[in-house]
Amino acid sequence: MLLIQCPYCDEALPELEFAYAGEAHIARPADPSALSDEEWRDFLFIRTNTRGPHFERWRHIHGCGQFFNAVRDTVSDRFLMTYKAGEPRPVLNALEAAE
Amino acid sequence: MSRYRIPGKGRVDPSAPVTFTFDGRRYQGLRGDTVASALLANGVHLMGRSFKYHRPRGAVTAGSEEPNALIGTSRGPGRFEPNTRATVQELRAGLVTESQNKWPSLAFDIGAVNDRAYMLFSAGFYYKTFMWPRSFWDKVYEPFIRAAAGLGKSPTEPDPDTYASRNLHTDVLVVGGGAAGISAALVAARSGARVVLVDENPEMGGSLLSDPSIRIDGQGSWAWLADQLSQLRAAGVKLMTRTTAIGYYHQNMLGLVERVTDHLDQPPQGAPRERMWHVRAQQVILAQGALEKPLVFDGNDRPGVMLAGAAQTYLNRYGVKVGDCAAVVTSHDSAYYAAFDLVDAGGRVAAIVDTRPTVRADLVEATRKRGIELLTGHTATATYGRLRVKGVRVNPVSGSRVGAGRKIACDALLISGGWTPSLHLFSHTKGSLRWDAESRTFLPDHKTEACQIAGAGRGLWGYGPALEDGVKAGMAAANALGRNATPTGARVEGDRPGTGTSQKELPTDRSAGKAKAFVDFQNDVTAKDIRLAVREGMRSIEHVKRYTTNGMATDQGKMSNINGLMIAADALGKEPPQVGLTTFRPPYTPTSFGAFAGYHKGATFELTRKTPIDPWAEAHGAVFEPVSLWRRAWYFPKAGEDMHAAVARECRATRASVGMFDASTLGKIEVAGPDAVEFMNRMYTNPWTKLAPGRCRYGLLLGEDGFIRDDGVIGRLSQDLFHVTTTTGGAARVLNMMEDYLQTEWPDLDVWLTSTTEQWATVAVNGPNARKVLAPLVEGLDMSDAAFPHMSVAECRVAGLPARLFRISFTGELGFEINVPARHGLALWKAIHEAGQAYDICPYGTETMHVLRAEKGYIIIGQDTDGTVTPQDAGLDWAIGKAKKDFVGKRSLSRPDIVAPNRKQLVGLLTEDGSKLEEGAQIVLDPNQKLPMTMAGHVTSSYDSTALGRPIAMALIQGGLSRMGETVHIPMPNGTIRAKVTSTNFYDPEGERLKA
Repeated sequence: MLLIQCPYCDEALPELEFAYAGEAHIARPADPSALSDEEWRDFLFIRTNTRGPHFERWRHIHGCGQFFNAVRDTVSDRFLMTYKAGEPRPVLNALEAAE
Repeated sequence: MSRYRIPGKGRVDPSAPVTFTFDGRRYQGLRGDTVASALLANGVHLMGRSFKYHRPRGAVTAGSEEPNALIGTSRGPGRFEPNTRATVQELRAGLVTESQNKWPSLAFDIGAVNDRAYMLFSAGFYYKTFMWPRSFWDKVYEPFIRAAAGLGKSPTEPDPDTYASRNLHTDVLVVGGGAAGISAALVAARSGARVVLVDENPEMGGSLLSDPSIRIDGQGSWAWLADQLSQLRAAGVKLMTRTTAIGYYHQNMLGLVERVTDHLDQPPQGAPRERMWHVRAQQVILAQGALEKPLVFDGNDRPGVMLAGAAQTYLNRYGVKVGDCAAVVTSHDSAYYAAFDLVDAGGRVAAIVDTRPTVRADLVEATRKRGIELLTGHTATATYGRLRVKGVRVNPVSGSRVGAGRKIACDALLISGGWTPSLHLFSHTKGSLRWDAESRTFLPDHKTEACQIAGAGRGLWGYGPALEDGVKAGMAAANALGRNATPTGARVEGDRPGTGTSQKELPTDRSAGKAKAFVDFQNDVTAKDIRLAVREGMRSIEHVKRYTTNGMATDQGKMSNINGLMIAADALGKEPPQVGLTTFRPPYTPTSFGAFAGYHKGATFELTRKTPIDPWAEAHGAVFEPVSLWRRAWYFPKAGEDMHAAVARECRATRASVGMFDASTLGKIEVAGPDAVEFMNRMYTNPWTKLAPGRCRYGLLLGEDGFIRDDGVIGRLSQDLFHVTTTTGGAARVLNMMEDYLQTEWPDLDVWLTSTTEQWATVAVNGPNARKVLAPLVEGLDMSDAAFPHMSVAECRVAGLPARLFRISFTGELGFEINVPARHGLALWKAIHEAGQAYDICPYGTETMHVLRAEKGYIIIGQDTDGTVTPQDAGLDWAIGKAKKDFVGKRSLSRPDIVAPNRKQLVGLLTEDGSKLEEGAQIVLDPNQKLPMTMAGHVTSSYDSTALGRPIAMALIQGGLSRMGETVHIPMPNGTIRAKVTSTNFYDPEGERLKA
């Protein structure tokens, strides 16, 4: 079982307290009606499906209830970092170098 | 004393005989025996039959890696366990055991005909043999495979035992209580770290238990061991025996299974049979040692053939001589010590046959001194005997030439093909392995977790190096924890260093194609099978494994993986590391389902949510059904009523007068704040701005993909406060979705979301007399139709309780839903029930609720929708706020696929013959079309309607809304049913009854 650092609680807690919530940094378009069918399709369904560091969302659902972002390596299943929702996407190179 | 027991040897208690049975015969062993050691003490080697060829087999090991000696054990009803390893199961008084995979008896087994027909059962025979003709599959092949499949009898009764589950946090976890593990644990503990030491055996010591002649720090190894264990206890180390580390997971989490009662004559009342430990350790030290490999040659599987190390263990630990006259075939030094111990204990060893041309001089000398014949540079080419080995055929090898064979008589054949470091747990962490060309083994390489590996587990041999390495690992763990550890040293006398070689199948002077040289004993995989797999095109070791089933038995290749790899690599003409090793996965040894399930069985399988009204329902004979985690009253049968009669009565009573229903399980979310209405506008399809406080509206929630996710009536209590209801099963999902949008898409909105599902108890009162029942109970509200019309909400008092009163209906009748704080739910229910007596008020359950709503065509999310249904498909486009610029899912409603014609749409169905359709039944448009037919949809809901006096159904049908009045066909096993497509609003389509 993974231990996940909740950036709001500032504590590493068991995976069971958390729920996965899909890829991160995919903002809902401000005006969906302005999007073409293809653009809307991409927003709905197209994901990076990364092999390696993946930006993704988690919710501390059985804790503080907050959604936050994480970088997790999909090969090793290791969390490189977690950060609050709304914060900018971290630079990957620096993270990997830190590993 | 049993015939093969040597007085004064072993750690068993000669003063404590234990009686047990094997295949109905009584035997006597000693306290401290395993079933295998006790049987061997009685001269019984034949313990089982192999899986495929039903070949007679005996114990080949003395530990948890045993592939052959699998038995059924039992302790009364429900306590039968198949596939227990006789080498692990400790003897207990009255233990009943039986052999497996034989008929009619172990000594005479009809299934052994497979052995004669072995040419038919080559690698991949499943794929080759059962291909054709197609018609044979159902009647011939499948029954045959099913009858032959499986190992042991599966228990049929529920398991009456309990299984416990615990968490454990520690600084250091040491896996393996041998020399390396003990020294590592002691060093780490003395640095002040919290240390847990686990071992799968009944006592700590590992191979020290089988090597009493070693002297450490001037003491005999067993005295040293006892001293170390007391020092470990004094240092506060938690010692856990009979505890197997089954898996090594992320961030140093390990699963341990502790066997608590299987070894006890009489388990204490209430004791769990096994206990699963979830351990989180700062540092892990793997000191699991190494596993001995067999040599691969014709007849290497006969009862009486066993690993040399196992024979040494039976001798020294259990005081059991595995035969009167043994022979040894080896490619590793360690087997010599087994032979020496046997001779020194008064046994006979006819010869040591070594595949290597030269052997260490001191071993040669020690062999000669004991009068054992030594044959170096030899191979074994056959064994003799049927149910027990009678001899071995050995031949000299020079270069690639195998000379003439010679028979050596023996009743036990000890073999050793060298040792494999136990890499299983390390591999669970995805740690990488490195091929060591010198020892021809894989060794642990790059680590992914905070762990150390010590001793034979990383290829070191001998007690001196193991002890030293354990100290190093303990120091490293302590240092990683920021502690200062003091190194210790141990002086070992009479150490047993050793080296050896790993190899493919032994050379033979006979036809290799006829040899039954076993690699995987349990699955009957031979060297020939592996070569065949390579010839037939398998290149990856993973393909070879699956094609031959090598390493796929319950021992998971502990004995067979490396030998299999050596042979596959040779056949492929590659070096072993280029072929690679198959993946080790948890669990390390077979683990009971009970240990995994722990407390999650029976009533505690998952939690049961009950409403405040549940006790009343139970007292009044309700039959319950589970709805998500809730248990809900399904129907309330009166004496003599079946479900059908009870539901029909409940339906009639509600439509005729009044019924009451516990709707407390409905999800409830309070949406509050200055931007609450904007939030509701964005989340739900409906327009909310103009909904006045005191009014409510049916709300429809879509996913961003445009498909229906949830629905429910939503009341506006004030400008900034909405009382949202959701489906029973959808409450948590909907709140999660709302929180997601609020937190991450619209953090600018000033809105607060609160789950209030369990804060409110809800009673629905429906029927023409609903107002008459309720009005006397209501204070502070004019309930007349004019003042409180359909779709109204108000705060008032009901039966003296603070309440939120909704006028809504899920039945099509005049209806009210009263919410009171949960603690008052039962009081409210009783008050309404009492007040309703004048109108014969009828408590009804979920089944009647379903029938009444279906008569009105009200959908149930998840029953009439399936995650691909849009509002238009469900006939709910009236619930969409057309003027709204945006809401969740709106953009998707104009996607090409969503506006395409011929989507499945929700319609009503009335059968022509008046029969009731089956929910889930498939619908076709043309019943005379060729098979396979084109499905046009399926039945989603189907009930007997008392109001209509006939069955009704709802269905999703392609283009359904444009097929009104058409006939569709539902092919069933007993003929095709014709049904007319109708509106889903079967009853009171004008809705007059709501307005009462």
